[in-house]
Amino acid sequence: MIEYRIHGRGGQGSVAAAYLLAAAAFEAGFTCQAFPAFGAERRGAPVMAFVRIDEKPITLRSQVRSPDYMIVQDETLLLDPNLIAGLNPKGAMLVNSRKPASDFAKFKTRVVAFPATELAVEVIGRPIPNTALLAAFLTLTEHVPQKALASALKGRFGGKVLEKNLELIAKAAGAVEKGAWKEKAHA
Amino acid sequence: MREALEGSQAIARAVSLAKPDVVAAYPITPQTHIVENLSKLVADGNLHTEFVSVESEFSAASVVLGAAAAGARAYTASASQGILLMSEVMFNIAGLRIPLVMTIANRAVGGPLNIWNDQSDTMAVRDSGWIQLHCISNQEAVDTTIQAFRLAQETELPVAVNMDGFVLTHTMEVIDMPDQADVDKFLPPFEFARKLDPANPSTMGTLVDPNWFSEVRHSHHAAMGKALPKIEEIDKLFAKQFGRASGGLLTVEGDKKAKVAILAMGSVVGTMMAGYEDYKDEMPARIVKLRAFRPFPAKALRDALKGCEKLVVIDRAISPGLGGVLGTEVSAVLSTMDNAPKVYNYALGLGGRDIQASTYKDLLKAIENPKAPRFSIFDVDLKKLPPEDR
Repeated sequence: MIEYRIHGRGGQGSVAAAYLLAAAAFEAGFTCQAFPAFGAERRGAPVMAFVRIDEKPITLRSQVRSPDYMIVQDETLLLDPNLIAGLNPKGAMLVNSRKPASDFAKFKTRVVAFPATELAVEVIGRPIPNTALLAAFLTLTEHVPQKALASALKGRFGGKVLEKNLELIAKAAGAVEKGAWKEKAHA
Repeated sequence: MREALEGSQAIARAVSLAKPDVVAAYPITPQTHIVENLSKLVADGNLHTEFVSVESEFSAASVVLGAAAAGARAYTASASQGILLMSEVMFNIAGLRIPLVMTIANRAVGGPLNIWNDQSDTMAVRDSGWIQLHCISNQEAVDTTIQAFRLAQETELPVAVNMDGFVLTHTMEVIDMPDQADVDKFLPPFEFARKLDPANPSTMGTLVDPNWFSEVRHSHHAAMGKALPKIEEIDKLFAKQFGRASGGLLTVEGDKKAKVAILAMGSVVGTMMAGYEDYKDEMPARIVKLRAFRPFPAKALRDALKGCEKLVVIDRAISPGLGGVLGTEVSAVLSTMDNAPKVYNYALGLGGRDIQASTYKDLLKAIENPKAPRFSIFDVDLKKLPPEDR
């Protein structure tokens, strides 16, 4: 089983990202589970969502305390040093940021920084980084093929929104190193 | 067909497969997505039903009572304070023996206000006379919902299908959605012999004086007893047609011969099953997955616990001043069992507190202590309380 934790702020689509990652994993033949940690559902408030992917049925229902991988949609959330608590020591973190990865060295884990908001503004005209981050994340990990993410998007969106997001994920997928985190952190 | 679906969306689709004539519900967290999805199915022309938008849960329950009494297949859903507001009508629905189905997206009851999952809501209407079933996954919730419509009409009792709020309702997972043609084969059109019919006038819910009230209660209690084999039978028929069962009255998971057992209802059973996989070598236990809470399967429970010495009963609600409700009831039915296991009743996961797979190990470790309490809120942090409140 691989466990993921997505951090973001209300309005950035963290829960949607979790559902999309799970749906993509399902498209690729895995069993999956995705759910949010609901709190105060306000725009801008910190939000967490969790994903589990496995080859066998998943019965565990707890929140993900020790993720193998983290996706952080807003780097200011990392001002809380406990945000990465529990991250697998062999794991990795994808951060939505314009800064170089070396700026995140203090977290003592592998970090890729990727300016997803800027790319989203450029392609879809809105500062919603979730789908760009997912595409970059799947290029890095290769846990699920990019085409499965495209099918998951097709299941959720249509028309112009879908078209723009497909363009966005194609751009984002090519912008990071393929297979850099290919190994399964828990293996 | 296997699909990745959010629990609530899957439940709305399952309800739609049962072709209800009337749906009436008032949105409340964490049940809201069920009602929204049903409303969307109606708006998109995919569900032909009389969808009644009401102004409260009291009205939602009243509408489905009236609709089912008039011979319509009726459905509603609620949670938490919504269940409390419905409670008067819930007792009437059951007391009048009206067959209908409700989903309870289990949530804590205030005050203090808490929107997260536990099972206080369904425990508050424990004695309402409804059949109450609990599901450990969204697949079970979908399948149990379809079974519930058949169970309701065959028993002339209302059926509440409990699914943990957020933990199931807001979780996307892989669900095998039944086909309409298969559901049509499994679920005959709604028939209610006592329905209100102008061509055959009768009354329902009249004043029942002391000459008859005990007999009414007896027949209701007896009907609940007769529902026990029905629950098993309908689950078996479902399994025959769809290739999977939802667990009858109860099932035993984990190490079926272990001397210690953990009994629970709802999604926490899945987490305990994951805990079993993690710790089975050093700490094997039976896991009793209780699906039917009302009617209470006393005999099946005693059979499932033969040879067991210690039993942890997990409660997701408490009765202040007593302890756990489920734990107390299990103790009561084990009192007539020879060599009954010693019961340790632990409430946990109240108001949405997260339950980890390691809780499996913590519970079994705790009862190794000869001085282990027979009841506690297992995951309480007493250090947070002033000394006088501990």
